[in-house]
Amino acid sequence: MTARPRAATADPPWLAGLLIGAALAVAGVVLVLPLAAVFTESLRRGWEVAWEAIIEPDAVSAMQLTLLVAAIAVPVNTLGGIAAAWAIARCDFPGRRLLVTLIELPFSVSPVISGLVYVLLFGAQGYFGPWLAAHDIQILFALPGLVLATIFVTFPFVARTLIPLMQEQGQAEEEAALTLGANTWQILWHVTLPKIRWALLAGILLCNARAMGEFGAVAVVSGHIRGQTNTMPLHVEILYNEYMFVGAFAVASLLALLGLITLGAKTALEILSRSRMGSHA
Amino acid sequence: MITSAISRRASLAGLTLFAADSQARAQAPQAPQQLLNVSYDPTREFYREYHTAFAEFWAGQGHPRPRLSASHGGSGRQARAVIDGLAADVVTLALAYDIDAIADRGLLAKEWQTRLPDNASPYTSTIVFLVRRGNPKALRDWPDLLKAGVSVITPNPKTSGGARWNYLALWAWALRQPGGTEATAEQAVTQLFRQVPVLDTGARGSTTTFVQRGQGDVLLAWENEAHLALQEFPQAGLEIVYPAFSILAEPPVSVVDANVDRRGTRPLAEAYLQHLYSDQGQRIAAKHFYRPRNPDVLREAGSRFPNIEFATVDTVFGGWRRAQATHFDDGGVFDRIYRPGGR
Repeated sequence: MTARPRAATADPPWLAGLLIGAALAVAGVVLVLPLAAVFTESLRRGWEVAWEAIIEPDAVSAMQLTLLVAAIAVPVNTLGGIAAAWAIARCDFPGRRLLVTLIELPFSVSPVISGLVYVLLFGAQGYFGPWLAAHDIQILFALPGLVLATIFVTFPFVARTLIPLMQEQGQAEEEAALTLGANTWQILWHVTLPKIRWALLAGILLCNARAMGEFGAVAVVSGHIRGQTNTMPLHVEILYNEYMFVGAFAVASLLALLGLITLGAKTALEILSRSRMGSHA
Repeated sequence: MITSAISRRASLAGLTLFAADSQARAQAPQAPQQLLNVSYDPTREFYREYHTAFAEFWAGQGHPRPRLSASHGGSGRQARAVIDGLAADVVTLALAYDIDAIADRGLLAKEWQTRLPDNASPYTSTIVFLVRRGNPKALRDWPDLLKAGVSVITPNPKTSGGARWNYLALWAWALRQPGGTEATAEQAVTQLFRQVPVLDTGARGSTTTFVQRGQGDVLLAWENEAHLALQEFPQAGLEIVYPAFSILAEPPVSVVDANVDRRGTRPLAEAYLQHLYSDQGQRIAAKHFYRPRNPDVLREAGSRFPNIEFATVDTVFGGWRRAQATHFDDGGVFDRIYRPGGR
């Protein structure tokens, strides 16, 4: 390596400065400013008013429902995501490419459509509607519908985080374990999962953030029953429509806070995993 | 993928149990009953107060205190949700056609509108103009809305009941002008919708567009929605203009037979609707700017409801089914005249 003032691939300082400045400005205007506005609006009439909007029964039920939906959808998608990533990264089978495309489907389809699909399937006029009605099973406009719509929308997160990592890691260690007599379950539990755990956790957190915040698909299947089928994002819209702006922004702040905590946890994990990897090297 | 399908099924089974369990609880005679009212947009505040009053009344009759809940949205969209399986015990929608649509799917009796007094509409309303303070564009009656440079806010007649009343009010006005025909009426609504910059899906969305975002010179609004906006935004600089002539909007109510019979809530649901006609129900309606049917309660309200001349859908349009088929169904007059972007 010859000593040079700067690498040929590096940008001149003024250009780098300009790009960094522009990126920060965009992030400030598009991300930070609206978020700050949400928090300011919620405190416009003081902490007490905001707090009352949050502990009001309909708001509490919306929070419980949101957490319940996430608590079901995220584990399901975690297992599904691991299985899909395993199949795609480790096995070669016909239709593998199709599976990769399918996993990304929820990203490319509008959430409203994913909601409408469930109306078509499980609505009273839908394919399974008469059968469900005959057996007195309510899927649409009830918890099962909310969970299904959320699972659909958040399915890609875990799988998409794991696939590239698992493909890159290869399977030398798994093969070694196999020659030492480990069975599939032992390989998964003692070899593969420890290798992917940081990415897995990051994927789970992203999945959770989206599951709690999902609006479009959930709006279609919810039925908007106060205190029963309103999740937090839907409750925010309802409060806003009822001219209860402080309440709307207070609940929105709480939702944003949950998202920020999730994001913070993910960043902390990344830092932690990097330092762990550094110490191994 | 396989794991995912299995775990999905497992969680579904769990949820089914949960649903069945809550079903059983609803049917137990001693347990408090649940009632779901699927309603349209501007009734939120009214039914919130009515629920407190009715729960009190029903408990006073020796029943366990019921759990009353409501769902609100554009009237057409709400009817669609009930058709798709939203388990409404009662529907209180913006216009008869939306309940007819539910009746067409066999969820409630075809003759629902004769089961309660006054066309099953316990309260009425009308369409008024909400304008900026001082009425800078001098909008006093329907022809003023069609003047060049006047920007009009109304929701989408395809999804909103209120918007369909707006449209029919203008149509009825145009018909009764000297030389008024179907053709001149169609011209009038065509012109009006050229001057609409944004069509929201429901009445409340349009009010927010007009009041909060400051769009438009005039909002075509339900009378009660206009009064509520004045009350909620005293500093927004708004005033209500009553045209000399408007349409008598009769928002109807009905029990959803299929749902109440399945859930065993018929007595509660029928009492819930009948109590809307009681003095107490009528007073709460008047307080929320719905015109009470009871003449005594209407008199009590005094100048709250100015007297204007009304057309009805039955006399001018031959009922809601015909109005809907001619004007708002796919391929109807509205589809022909409305071009997004006002071109």
